[in-house]
Amino acid sequence: MSAAGIELSMDERERRMRARNRALLVVLLSLVVLFYVIALVRMSGG
Amino acid sequence: MSEHPTTATPYLGAMVGDYIRILKPRVMSLVVFTGFVGLVLAPGHLHPALAAVAVLCIAVGAGASGAINMWYDRDIDAVMRRTANRPLPAGRMLPGEALGFGIVLAAWSVAIMGLAINWVAAELLALTIAFYVVIYTIWLKRRTPQNIVIGGAAGALPPIVGWAAVTGDVGWGAVALFAIIFFWTPPHFWALSLYRAGEYEKAGVPMLPVVAGPRETRRQMLLYTLMLWPASVAPWLLGLAGPVYAAAAGGLSVLFTVFAIRVWHDGSDRSARQMFAFSLLYLFLVFALLLADHIGFGFTGIGR
Repeated sequence: MSAAGIELSMDERERRMRARNRALLVVLLSLVVLFYVIALVRMSGG
Repeated sequence: MSEHPTTATPYLGAMVGDYIRILKPRVMSLVVFTGFVGLVLAPGHLHPALAAVAVLCIAVGAGASGAINMWYDRDIDAVMRRTANRPLPAGRMLPGEALGFGIVLAAWSVAIMGLAINWVAAELLALTIAFYVVIYTIWLKRRTPQNIVIGGAAGALPPIVGWAAVTGDVGWGAVALFAIIFFWTPPHFWALSLYRAGEYEKAGVPMLPVVAGPRETRRQMLLYTLMLWPASVAPWLLGLAGPVYAAAAGGLSVLFTVFAIRVWHDGSDRSARQMFAFSLLYLFLVFALLLADHIGFGFTGIGR
């Protein structure tokens, strides 16, 4: 593979890693909200 | 089976979409829908937010099963055209990533179901995941043509999980919903395997058309559609749905049998494909009818 090809691969690798990290952030924030809602409902006797 | 992809290009890491793909979203949608119907039909009350959490747990549990299934089946997936582009055989994801993802999701779904809803539903969800992964994927799939008959129980359990989320136990109504999916699964899968028999044979999976031939498969498909008749009207017999549901579900079951008779008679790939497509519609419509009947779209009757 040429140097340009390897550079492109690295760019693509970093792009995928960034996208995965963002998705993980969204999942973790969603979990915080979910646990908060569950706690509220359970405390109110639901 | 190697840990690293063997493609010539360097490993770039999985895309976010690949993590969604290994959850088998199409299978998950049917599981979620049938689980939701089980939850709605169950006697009792569950706070809407908790009901949403229960459905989420069922969805995540189903996805976890799919991910672990893809991890285990990556060698035969690579052989079959239908599955060759899945993230693992295509080399876009490492086996360990898929397995770890599946195990984490499975543990998460069972734990949240237990902590937020109840532990009976959590145990049933754990049983569903274990049945699909261990009994179906690891034990039966590569050993017996009855793989999808016995393994089909895993796909039939979600309404029971939904039901138990509300009641904390398993009622006869839940068993009736289980029976519908259980008897529906063999003709549904065998319709697919009839026109994919070559691929299954190449992969060494002993699906019924590969082992017993298409004629025996078509005969058994017809028998299972007949067994579906009493199962489909069982919710009415148990007072879970009204007579309009019974008439509609009975009619759909007759139509399903007509498709099976067509497959039995002409034996073409075309009729098998049509039966497969109708089987998906059948299950969706039967459960949608149960839902509509319960909500009360003029379906309620003396059977309740």
